[in-house]
Amino acid sequence: MSSKKYEIQKLHRAEFIVEKGLMLFAAVSVLTTAIIVFILFEETIVFFGEVPLWDFFTGTQWTPTLQPRSFGIIPLVVGTLMIALGSSIIALPLGLGSAIYLSEYAHKKVRKVVKPILEVLAGIPSIVYGFFALTFITPILQMILPQTQVFNALSASIAVGIMTLPMVASMSEDAMMAVPDSIRQGAYALGSTRFEVAVKVTIPAAMSSIGAAFVLAISRAIGETMIVAIAAGQSPVLTLNPLNSIQTMTGFMVNISMGDIQQGTIEFKTLFAVGTVLFFMTLIMNLIARAIIKKNREVY
Amino acid sequence: MDQKLYQRRHLKNKLFHLLLAGCILFSITALTLLLYDIFSKGLGWLDWQFLTSMPSRSPEKAGILSALVGSIWVIGLTSLFSLILGVGTAVYLEEYTDPKKWINRIIQLNISNLAGVPAIVYGLLGLAFFVRFLGFDKSILSGALTLTLLILPVITVAAQEAIRSVPRSLREASYSLGTTKLQTITGVVLPYAMPGILTGSILAISRAMGEAAPLIMVGAAGYIAFLPKGPMDWFTVLPVQIFNWTSRPQEEFQYIAAAGIIVLMAVLLSANAVAILLRNKYQNRMD
Repeated sequence: MSSKKYEIQKLHRAEFIVEKGLMLFAAVSVLTTAIIVFILFEETIVFFGEVPLWDFFTGTQWTPTLQPRSFGIIPLVVGTLMIALGSSIIALPLGLGSAIYLSEYAHKKVRKVVKPILEVLAGIPSIVYGFFALTFITPILQMILPQTQVFNALSASIAVGIMTLPMVASMSEDAMMAVPDSIRQGAYALGSTRFEVAVKVTIPAAMSSIGAAFVLAISRAIGETMIVAIAAGQSPVLTLNPLNSIQTMTGFMVNISMGDIQQGTIEFKTLFAVGTVLFFMTLIMNLIARAIIKKNREVY
Repeated sequence: MDQKLYQRRHLKNKLFHLLLAGCILFSITALTLLLYDIFSKGLGWLDWQFLTSMPSRSPEKAGILSALVGSIWVIGLTSLFSLILGVGTAVYLEEYTDPKKWINRIIQLNISNLAGVPAIVYGLLGLAFFVRFLGFDKSILSGALTLTLLILPVITVAAQEAIRSVPRSLREASYSLGTTKLQTITGVVLPYAMPGILTGSILAISRAMGEAAPLIMVGAAGYIAFLPKGPMDWFTVLPVQIFNWTSRPQEEFQYIAAAGIIVLMAVLLSANAVAILLRNKYQNRMD
């Protein structure tokens, strides 16, 4: 009998240990955030001890590795925004169009074929899209517009657009599928065409989630790295011509990491300063997306 | 007059239908062209010699072996770490805490914020924390830990959903037999949730397998001419090797990069196939 009691005690001790252990596991996520914020700030604060804040955010010359050094981040930000805008022009309308087709028009059998295709597109690594941009999209662009440079913003934008399209499509489709069928049936009973139901009923009802999907897609394009590192170029020059070579914030970060940079050098600090700007840009976009969903949540 | 309006509305509907079909067609065309581009360039270079050779300065001799072995090392460790941490976190949140309690809400908010952080920022975390601060250097371990943190939010959320879908009745049946909480979790909840956990995790692990940016930050090199023997060795992985080849000016290296991409996609496909097999095995056991 006493050995039974001992065993039960052992079981309870195991319970206690496991619960505390799992709590430590759960703490890893909080710790990750803390470490990200800490390391970004640590190096960035040192960086701003050497480079004036004003010069960094308003300067239009970006030559952190060449003499004379200059740390104006505007060319990188403009390059990043060009990619975000260019990819949005492709991903947002085509993604939304695909979602409307899948939720309002497509036959069950068609859905069964099209959905996996979008899933495959979403699962292809970004390095592959980068290769596709450089070796396929760019040569075609050069055929149409001979002044296109080998590395250019347009080609990378198209590839980023193709990559973010499935995400826009699947999030928008989920939102439209969540609109109750009774509302649609009501519109059909009034004699509406599918077009009228989609544009006047389903889309307005799903608008907030579609908006959030759009913002998240733009955020993803801002943080996208390998496509721009391969296809957009490494020239941090302030330009608005999409056929020219540019550099994005992420492109710069990859480029500078390819060399062996030492801790404590200005290059190392610059890497983290740019990372901090990138982190806050995407964080703000993600917070906006969450706010849109929260504020306009329709309850049926 | 009404007839005309009717016709116009239906014409509009048809045109819209065509336009939407065009959107879908765009994706299908893009995928076809992408596959064509890769296979037409890479298939000719893909042979046994390519799979079993080290990288080389001359394209004819270059191979992908060190990157393939590096990828298997990194993904093996990443899967191990992220499954333990992710499932552990999910069990804690779902089974041990009240969803309305502050600790649960803070962790939940954290997880959804972390899911939106760009991969390259995780690379900075890996560089500053694992490589420098903890002194793991540019090792497989640093790379695997970095990728673990990157995919942890996805795995945790997938595991939470799977655990939430376990019927209450099963848990109560288990308790009525006099089991402890831990016995119920390991004996009932986790086996039942396993197919869902595996489905979500494999997507996340596939993503980790295709990531290049965070590993470049951590120091995965583009040129490794030896096979890693342990988790503290320097390494390269398939995507980083492909990036290295793609950025070289000689045209032959583009073909090698394409051959490397075929290998990467084959590895991704087989990982997915293994996941589906595992899932089916567990599903059969539950039925």
